[in-house]
Amino acid sequence: MTTLQRTVGADVTRVEGHQKVTGTALYAYEYPVPDALYAWAVQSTVPRGRVRAVHAGAALALPGVVAVLDSRNVFRLRPAGDPELAVLQSADVAYRGQIVAAVVADSYETAGQAAAAVRVEYDVDDHDAELTDGDPRIFVPDTVNGGYPGQTETGDVEAALAAAPVVLDATYTTPPEHTSAMEPHATIAVWDEDSLTLYNGDQGPWMTAATLAELFGLPEGAVRVVADHTGGGFGSKAVPRPPTVLAALAARAVGRPVKVAATRQQMFTMVTYRTPTLQRVRLGAERDGRLTAVWHDALQQSSTLAPYCEQTATPTRVMYAARHRRTTHRLAQLDVPTPSWMRAPGEAPGMFALESAMDELAVALGMDPIELRVVNEPSVDPESGHPFSSRNLVACLREGAARFGWAGRDPAPGRRREGRWLVGTGVAASVFPAITWPATATARAEPDGTFTVRIAAADIGTGARTALTQVAADELGVEIDRVTLDIGRSAYGQAPFAGGSMGTSSWGWAVAKACRALAKRLGESAGAVPPGGLEELADTAEDVAARRDFSRHAYGAQFARVRVDAVTGQVRVDRLLGMFAAGRIINPRTAGSQLRGGMCMGLSMALHEGLEVDPRFGDFANHDLATYHIAANADVRDVQAYWLEEDDDELNPMGSKGVGELGIVGTAAAIANAVYHATGVRVRDLPITVERVRAGLPGH
Amino acid sequence: MKPFAYERATTPETAATLVADSTEAVYLAGGTNLVDLMKLGVTEPAVVVDITRLPYDAIEHRPDGGVLIGALVSGSRLAGDPGVRERFPALAEALLSGASGQLRTVATTGGNLLQRTRCVYFQDVTKPCNKRQPGTGCSAVQGLHRDLAVLGTSDACVASHPSDMAVAMAALDAVVHLRRVNGSPRALPLNDFYLLPGDTPDRETVLQPGDLITGVELPPPPEGVAMSYRKVRDRWSYAFALVSVAAVVATAADGTLRDIRLGLGGVGTRPWRAREAERLLTGRRPTEEGLREAARAEFASARPLPGNAFKIDLAVDVITSAVRDLVGGERR
Amino acid sequence: MRGARPGARLSDVTAHAFHSDLTLRVNGADRALTLDHRVTLLDALREHLALTGVKKGCDHGQCGACTVLIDGERVNSCLVFAVAAQGRDITTIEGVAGLAAPEELHPLQRAFLEHDGFQCGYCTPGQICSAIGALTEAARGWPSHVTEDMAAGVGAPADLDAEEIRERMSGNLCRCGAYPGIVAAIREAAGGDGGGAPARAGAGGGVR
Repeated sequence: MTTLQRTVGADVTRVEGHQKVTGTALYAYEYPVPDALYAWAVQSTVPRGRVRAVHAGAALALPGVVAVLDSRNVFRLRPAGDPELAVLQSADVAYRGQIVAAVVADSYETAGQAAAAVRVEYDVDDHDAELTDGDPRIFVPDTVNGGYPGQTETGDVEAALAAAPVVLDATYTTPPEHTSAMEPHATIAVWDEDSLTLYNGDQGPWMTAATLAELFGLPEGAVRVVADHTGGGFGSKAVPRPPTVLAALAARAVGRPVKVAATRQQMFTMVTYRTPTLQRVRLGAERDGRLTAVWHDALQQSSTLAPYCEQTATPTRVMYAARHRRTTHRLAQLDVPTPSWMRAPGEAPGMFALESAMDELAVALGMDPIELRVVNEPSVDPESGHPFSSRNLVACLREGAARFGWAGRDPAPGRRREGRWLVGTGVAASVFPAITWPATATARAEPDGTFTVRIAAADIGTGARTALTQVAADELGVEIDRVTLDIGRSAYGQAPFAGGSMGTSSWGWAVAKACRALAKRLGESAGAVPPGGLEELADTAEDVAARRDFSRHAYGAQFARVRVDAVTGQVRVDRLLGMFAAGRIINPRTAGSQLRGGMCMGLSMALHEGLEVDPRFGDFANHDLATYHIAANADVRDVQAYWLEEDDDELNPMGSKGVGELGIVGTAAAIANAVYHATGVRVRDLPITVERVRAGLPGH
Repeated sequence: MKPFAYERATTPETAATLVADSTEAVYLAGGTNLVDLMKLGVTEPAVVVDITRLPYDAIEHRPDGGVLIGALVSGSRLAGDPGVRERFPALAEALLSGASGQLRTVATTGGNLLQRTRCVYFQDVTKPCNKRQPGTGCSAVQGLHRDLAVLGTSDACVASHPSDMAVAMAALDAVVHLRRVNGSPRALPLNDFYLLPGDTPDRETVLQPGDLITGVELPPPPEGVAMSYRKVRDRWSYAFALVSVAAVVATAADGTLRDIRLGLGGVGTRPWRAREAERLLTGRRPTEEGLREAARAEFASARPLPGNAFKIDLAVDVITSAVRDLVGGERR
Repeated sequence: MRGARPGARLSDVTAHAFHSDLTLRVNGADRALTLDHRVTLLDALREHLALTGVKKGCDHGQCGACTVLIDGERVNSCLVFAVAAQGRDITTIEGVAGLAAPEELHPLQRAFLEHDGFQCGYCTPGQICSAIGALTEAARGWPSHVTEDMAAGVGAPADLDAEEIRERMSGNLCRCGAYPGIVAAIREAAGGDGGGAPARAGAGGGVR
């Protein structure tokens, strides 16, 4: 495989930026669809049981109400993988907040009023919504999200731990967290005979179309998804969620276009969340810091509908060398909504635990935490034995330390005081796999000298539209302003969703291949374009499948400087510095924003975010943005992201690894480690709240 | 939300008459809490009487140093007022620590006093709540109550009052001015304005149907006073208080506390005036130990719950630190 | 809609319809509408006037995405009933460029572009409207919660440091985490020294 000769990497302003700052970029709910009605979901108020009756009379009596839907009167969907999408297909209630009915009305206001007027009777069963270790129903799944094995084992980890001169054994917890994109999930569904158009807030228009076609038993191509702009997704819009299916069901039922927008409160139960985790990490080391044993056990939850198990312990499989190792995922299926992807599923909570544990081990060894990581740097992937396509973790640690000013750090905790502030610094590593999926793209030369490239990608704020334009322009050998990059439509062909940090590599490969083929044809015809234009279609399925076995990951090192109010225990992150190595960076402007954005979300995870399960009711007691805190502007201060340029010929034609998730991995640990350095208080449970810090401060 | 009739009141008489006639009629001023609660179904008025055009929008500074704040003065205007910033900086700080820039531009002084609790169960109509639906029970005592009160609570309700402004006003001995339905004026101390939940947590203030808050008066602050507002919260901005302390302190020449007034937020079912702590400190030297003891004494009657017990020590620390800093010449 | 007459009784009112004919002045133009009283200004703009640059993020004043200017002040349009916004001068993102006429873009819009002060773009119109309001407040000398001296307030908008801007802009959540770019953009548009080279605040850079 050869990488492009031409260098992408220019600081190009977002091609849709003007639309976004002027408010003309259209998001799903904003398409001017005439005669649209409004659907509003009615959610279960019991955590488990069956709907006995839906009393719709009061709702139907309201002027403007067109229909009340429930499991007895909607279209029968076919199964399509995710049981959460079987909206209104059964009277069974699997969790509080599940959609049990819906109202369709001629105004948003009436729909909401009518939904409140629907009275639902239930047969209520006992429920269990609380994740507890020791629950006999906990099991180890064969595989976890991403297709990884649920458990791996090398050597004899227990014997190695027993023999290790230094052992760290600690348990860390992370709460359920929520993606909370600023654009709530929204859909406009329009049926025309047996074809369906969905204007959908979407990370993956092609896959959404394919899934909806499957649900409604329609041929491929009968469902079109339009997602020109998506107001953030972070995993929750990667595949369709119940509100999208509800829109399609409702529109079909009433024979008119229907708009659905999840309310902010509904978002917390309808569009998935990040599983809570309870993680025990055991590390055995020689006195020189060399790890002999690594054992990472992660307990998580899912619903009774589907055994979604996140790959929380998988980063531990690749991070550090050790002869004896074990990673285990355990799962409890509870009466709760099904969790799913949230930015760096698995890696984000998993690396909080592992990188906190490494810091604790460094303290126990009296060793610098960077040096501890360096001495445990593996030469090949520690579990698969595959060579690394490229791995620059050590360089990131070294270069990041230099930029951050790590040298000379006094490791003793609780020693640096500035007025009422205790100040400290911390470090943690980042990792994320460099994933690539097959995709198709078309490149077209127009007679007027311009080019149109089409791919069913989505730009959810990543800068994909801009980066792909750059890739196309380079391959075609033309200026960027001659290339129009059309994305956001399922009709542009098979392509993966914006997720797994694989967008640029997967879509970019197809774009590059199509453009390269087009450039070749143009070369053969001496640049002449017939009146009908010239078009090339590319499919990367074979190229992706033909890749050799390598361990492909992006790495990074994150450094945090925090100050803790010694009176109150409040934590302020003064500075975050990330040094990353993620292959070639296509666009430093948008990649930098992605990395910094990930770090901001990591900060938010460290200090603010946490859904509170109320086991009595079976839901999250806090379910709005006033009680589920995400970082505000005042919480985010000096955030810097840098990167090392990496040449990696084993990735894709661009040589890129993806940066969407890397930035959130490790941030929380870097902050927790800095809080320890500042105060001497080790907080192993996220978020790091004042009471958790204060519990360890002197005098408490 | 249920449909409602809307009337824009042009005179106080009209407004009062309309609202007094029915428990289903409400005044609408800034709307930042009322509209929120209407969307949640917590409040379902049949008639909304818009009072934003009534003549209660002035800030009148009195020659004696006091000030009369019209009920319709917005939080941002009040915090921006030079006289308020000069003479009542703790009030400006409290206002600016609350909500957000775009909420403060419309949220009014009168409305701020009447903010409802942000208890998650009060706001969720699918769950029991004695404040929202008397007699249904309190979901918070055995549920999520980290943000809720430890002082003034009852078995029926532990909801905290969410206002920052009112906490500063409590410490500043504010007087609430009302217009009764019959047109007669009434003035009462803010500290007598709020009711404790007891068995009737749905009743939060002494207001009678149709009563209209017309303004809040702050008496002139004591001579030589220093004051501050400290707020501890989960974000550095745009979050309700876990604990807040409004401290108003005047020191005598001999270093004793001549006058001390403390308002507490985040810990009480109403903006909490820390009378016991004040009593123990007045006339005393503000030693670290004395401050801490007095602050602790204020919480002798506290009823902490597992999720909010941390607030007591936290409040003691913040009170101690706030007063110590004021005496030492540090305001913030 | 009519103002209640002196002496009006509740019975008069409840006989009224639940909707009103009203006129909203938006971006300098009068727009006549018949609206259910429950329609918020946010929904009136988005659903009835096709001004979809205004965004609905939470509908409860908890995110700031719906921020517009009313009589020049920043306001969460989700918490204002449209019927109560009559007689006010409403400016949305679609109209802010007009505030800086004859420019094609408002200086803040240009600064957001230059500093990459957004990613998904959904909070962006609210951020920009909020920033306009925040700078207006600063021009009056109004302090923020982080202003050192309440009485002294602040000087010109250009004097706002990053700390001040962060606090003043905290009513606008951005889940993409574009805050560093947002702060840099506002500092530049305010004439402060924090702008500098585009995307400078926390900018990345390749090193070998």
